[in-house]
Amino acid sequence: MLELRQVTKRYDGIFVLDGIDLGFAESQCTVLLGPSGCGKTTLLRLLVGLTWPDEGEVLVRGQSLSPDGLREHRLGLGLVLQEGGLFPHLSARDNLALLPRDLGWPRERIQARIEELAALVSLQGDAMDRHPGRLSGGQVQRVALMRALILDPPLLLFDEPLAALDPMIRFELQEDLARIFAELGKTVVLVTHDLAEAGFFADQIVLMKQGRIVQKGPLTDLLEHPADAFVTAFVRAQRSAILGLEGEGRS
Amino acid sequence: MLAEITVGLLRSRGFVVKHRAELGGSDVLFSALGHGDLDVYPEYTGTLRAELLSELGLESDSELEEALAVRGIGMTRPLGFNNTYAIGIKESQAERLGLRRITDLARHPKLRLRFSHEFMARADGWPALKAAYGLPQEDVRGMEHALVYAAMEAGQLDVTELYSTDAEIQSHDLRVLEDDLGFFPRYEAIVLYRMELARLPGLVTALKRLEGALDEEAMVALNVRARIDREAPQKIARTWLETKMGIQGQPQVQTSELPKWILEHLFLVTLSLGLAILFSVPLGILAARYAPIRAPLLGLIGILQTIPSLALLVFMIPLLGLGAKPALAALFLYSLLPIVRNTCLGLIVIPRTLRESAEVLALRPRTRLLRVDLPMASPSILAGIKIAAVWNVGTATLGALIGAGGLGQPIWTGLRLGDTSLILQGAVPAALLALLAQGFFDLLERWIVPEGLRLDRKEP
Repeated sequence: MLELRQVTKRYDGIFVLDGIDLGFAESQCTVLLGPSGCGKTTLLRLLVGLTWPDEGEVLVRGQSLSPDGLREHRLGLGLVLQEGGLFPHLSARDNLALLPRDLGWPRERIQARIEELAALVSLQGDAMDRHPGRLSGGQVQRVALMRALILDPPLLLFDEPLAALDPMIRFELQEDLARIFAELGKTVVLVTHDLAEAGFFADQIVLMKQGRIVQKGPLTDLLEHPADAFVTAFVRAQRSAILGLEGEGRS
Repeated sequence: MLAEITVGLLRSRGFVVKHRAELGGSDVLFSALGHGDLDVYPEYTGTLRAELLSELGLESDSELEEALAVRGIGMTRPLGFNNTYAIGIKESQAERLGLRRITDLARHPKLRLRFSHEFMARADGWPALKAAYGLPQEDVRGMEHALVYAAMEAGQLDVTELYSTDAEIQSHDLRVLEDDLGFFPRYEAIVLYRMELARLPGLVTALKRLEGALDEEAMVALNVRARIDREAPQKIARTWLETKMGIQGQPQVQTSELPKWILEHLFLVTLSLGLAILFSVPLGILAARYAPIRAPLLGLIGILQTIPSLALLVFMIPLLGLGAKPALAALFLYSLLPIVRNTCLGLIVIPRTLRESAEVLALRPRTRLLRVDLPMASPSILAGIKIAAVWNVGTATLGALIGAGGLGQPIWTGLRLGDTSLILQGAVPAALLALLAQGFFDLLERWIVPEGLRLDRKEP
């Protein structure tokens, strides 16, 4: 449903993305993995129209993404950022209601949708009526996920959604996210620098380095058939963290 | 004093007179008379010749009369006293230094000279005096004339300019140095009026009754009663009209004018601030959104801010006349900068992740502005409005000088009469008003700024 074709992006003459060809399979989770500065976040920004390619194109259902079609494209996706990206001046509920209200949904429908999503992301208590500043990091990410899901879009994008969380909360949210992905069958694009996290979520891992794709495939491919010395080194550096996961990745 | 006498005289002849006290400076008055914002005011021939119409080089009184007539302005014959500039020094110090004539000052270069700002700047003021007498003093500065005598008593200065009918010459024991080179021109008091008024039967005749009626001695006596004995100028004028002209004035009931001043002040501040908010917030949004216009726009508004308040007020007179209008316009212009700046700043400091979150959320632009951007910038916008409000309360006291009334009225009258209690009648309410404005906006902040943005302040 989403495809990059020969995408190149430069900042001040330096290649951030260099001739990327990549397809995102429907109802699959694709993880963009790599060290910081490899271009994975820029790639994500291209997918949501926050930046535009210098060369090549982003295809959405076969159509080249352009400023004209951007609003429609954005209404069909949900984005979750590292710190949630919730608006601090609105309660969780108002953050969630912002977009449906703008689209003219009746109050009851918004209310029902929020109830439904709260159950889905296991958010209880009075969290809905608190401001983001009064929510825990895990709660913020759950509300952010609810906001991304509010219109039930086919595409979900995550930029380091777990990076800012404590290990315990991180573990819980990771489990819940995997369950939700499986339950809803969305097309998911997730950016991370963490190999274990990538292995946990990915149907397909795209390992990047300096604006190029080094290797793509399931976790086991990266572990057993590294494409080059960089992959070997990248894997070795994080290997201890994934020992327990080896063989049980969602491939 | 002359204004009170003129007003009393005209009222006794059945004319309806509006007295605008405390209008600032001869240039303001003369330009207002020329524009028809004033009908009558007392002036000095010396000021007309040497300052207001100096480019014409008018010698005789008839030349002066002609030049005024061309401008649609009539003048009376001299009222009788010559209130010229004079140079004064404490009698005791003059005796010690052996000072009798202005020429003698040249022998004492260390003396501290303080003149009114007007005298410092006038063509016939300090620069010409210095040249004519070859005065060597270097410690020469401008200060408010009304403060000079007290400062002299305190030993803060040695020499100042006086008006030859000042009450203080007597009361502060000053010596007037002889103008041995005949430098100062004569400053004969006259009354100027708009020619059109000659159509009103009896008006010019009434004004002409003042001709020759006030000699120097009489004028000094009136000034002593006002400045030294602290009698109200209206009352002095009334008794003078009674005894010298046989005119029975209506004793006016003295009611406190404080409520009126406060209302006028509030009117100036709230209306100018309200208009400024209506214009500034959209301008601030534009500046935040379009980076190329940001610097030029803020620069332009910043330049307005650097124009001295009084100068800005005077610029407004030819455009808007006298009264509340020019004051409102000036206060409006002064309020723009803090509000535009803070609106722009409040919007551009919204963190990038939140701006991009809002963008990807695909809200309609209007919803995004009203529900996301402006609420997040509201603490900054409100802080800008608060600054503008407090400044406005202070600056509005200058409005009295161009006839806008307000709490500046008692302040300037008090300064002129050396009446501290009158000054405080304006200054204390003005200070309280500033505090009140501050408090009001602090309350408004609780109500307007969304709770979520105040969380960090409640929690340490």
